[in-house]
Amino acid sequence: MQTKRTIFHNRWLPYLLLAPQLAITVIFFLWPAAQAVRQSFLREDAFGLKTEFVGLGNYLRLFSDPSYLNAFQVTAVFAVSVAALSMGLALLLAVAVDRVLRANQSYTTLLVWPYAVAPAVAGVLWWFLFNPTIGILPYALEQLGYDWNHNLDGTDAMILVVIAASWKQISYNFLFFVAGLQAIPQSLREAAAIDGAGPVERFFTVVFPLLSPTTFFLLVINVTYTMFETFAVIDAATEGGPSQATNILVYKVYRDGFVSLNLGSSAAQSVILMFIVIALTFVQFRWIERRVQY
Amino acid sequence: MVENRPLLTLLAHLALIAGVAVVAFPVYLAFVASTHPSSAFLSGTLPLVPGDHMGETYSRMLFSGVSTSGAPPLWLMMTNSLIMALSIAIGKIAISILSAFAIVYFRFPCRALAFWMIFVTLMLPVEVRIVPTFEVVANLGMLDTYAGLSIPLIASATATFLFRQFFLTVPDELVEAARIDGAGPMRFFRDMLLPLSRTNMAALFVILFIYGWNQYLWPLLVTTDESQYTIVMGIKRLANVADADPQWNNVMATVILAMVPPVLVVIGMQKLFVKGLVEQEK
Repeated sequence: MQTKRTIFHNRWLPYLLLAPQLAITVIFFLWPAAQAVRQSFLREDAFGLKTEFVGLGNYLRLFSDPSYLNAFQVTAVFAVSVAALSMGLALLLAVAVDRVLRANQSYTTLLVWPYAVAPAVAGVLWWFLFNPTIGILPYALEQLGYDWNHNLDGTDAMILVVIAASWKQISYNFLFFVAGLQAIPQSLREAAAIDGAGPVERFFTVVFPLLSPTTFFLLVINVTYTMFETFAVIDAATEGGPSQATNILVYKVYRDGFVSLNLGSSAAQSVILMFIVIALTFVQFRWIERRVQY
Repeated sequence: MVENRPLLTLLAHLALIAGVAVVAFPVYLAFVASTHPSSAFLSGTLPLVPGDHMGETYSRMLFSGVSTSGAPPLWLMMTNSLIMALSIAIGKIAISILSAFAIVYFRFPCRALAFWMIFVTLMLPVEVRIVPTFEVVANLGMLDTYAGLSIPLIASATATFLFRQFFLTVPDELVEAARIDGAGPMRFFRDMLLPLSRTNMAALFVILFIYGWNQYLWPLLVTTDESQYTIVMGIKRLANVADADPQWNNVMATVILAMVPPVLVVIGMQKLFVKGLVEQEK
């Protein structure tokens, strides 16, 4: 680990400085995580009177439980759709802003503010717009002959949460794409133009390949975002329904733990989620290491 | 721009205007809904232009609340949100800058262990350890308190790394000069590092304030007393009235009030915000 050449000498001070951070880490992070791991090997009876050790029983049960496998599938569909939709639109807008010489600062301001909107608020907003009785979008869709009802139709519900989650994430992706575009040397595009490449060809042969580190980084960030931070979007818009069509993994941990009080199963799900986060963090840091070398 | 193509530039403008419109559309409709009386929603179609009940709805929601859904006045919830957001932002910055200082400027046994313990918190978002963390907070008697709302969220690996990264770029000569002048570590920290870190602290503050204000799951778990509700979690209590259609004007007024403070922070401090966002991910 990197250090300074010149340092201070003091036996107790560094521990004192680290104490608040480490205390919070141990009490609210490491200890609960250890509890989750311990609890995932136990099973409580319905009245919480007796706990028995069941080994990997909770895990084995999960992987033969159709509703858990469904949650995996729902999460995958949700994460891929949100990443594709929000990154696609953000890239389009970033390329447009990069082309506009004047007024790009004002456009940026007008596009970034949704970052500050809470996921729960985004969920309520789109839930309102798509409300089957009062909402404006079902009304418009009805004119086109489509009967929208996310309270009954699982696909409609999924589309609703994908739109709500992507709407909020566009601004974040947009800022990183703009930064990525600005980092591409102008001379490369000019060279391609002199060789006779038009704007579209230039985008696909020069600009987009050079953006690939940004794209990959954003992909990891967006998947992490949809897996964990969209809890509030789901809770506000659909509550995981109808019939589990939008019940993502994180939401299921919460429902099983706090509503159904199935602690052993909820803990096992938490442990599985921890492994997923560890994998995603690992991928993210590997990539950052590579970026530093270049 | 490489060549002059007016048509393409026009297309870019059109795409941007469409983008801005799509992004603003839901918020505009929410605002419109909040300015109509609740009777306007009975006909089944949503009005598209603002109505004339804006002052009435907002002052009712802010100062008296809705008694039927048991919601306290919004100014109270907004105060709670503000206290939580400020405690989280200031708390995270304070404990992170201290631990980064310890890790960069001292050599002591278990230094690597401390670094890794902080790193691990990155991999344990609150969503994956909900139940046991709730139990810890309940056992400590911190439910329904501001401490319970904020302290469990203020450990921060990203902020610590950001300050560590910054401290590593501070020239060693400054430490040497400080030592020749007889300054101890805390004196050096206060008179040199803190002033140098001001921009970083401000940029981080913007990001963390938004993070704190927008918390949803955690306040939902640790507050049961209405006087402790935060506005972001309070929206759902208003929207889910049993056996009745939601009072759309009230719900949307709450939505607007819940997003105004963080949006103003982002727009007002756009430069710092972009800096904080981009650097946090390094």
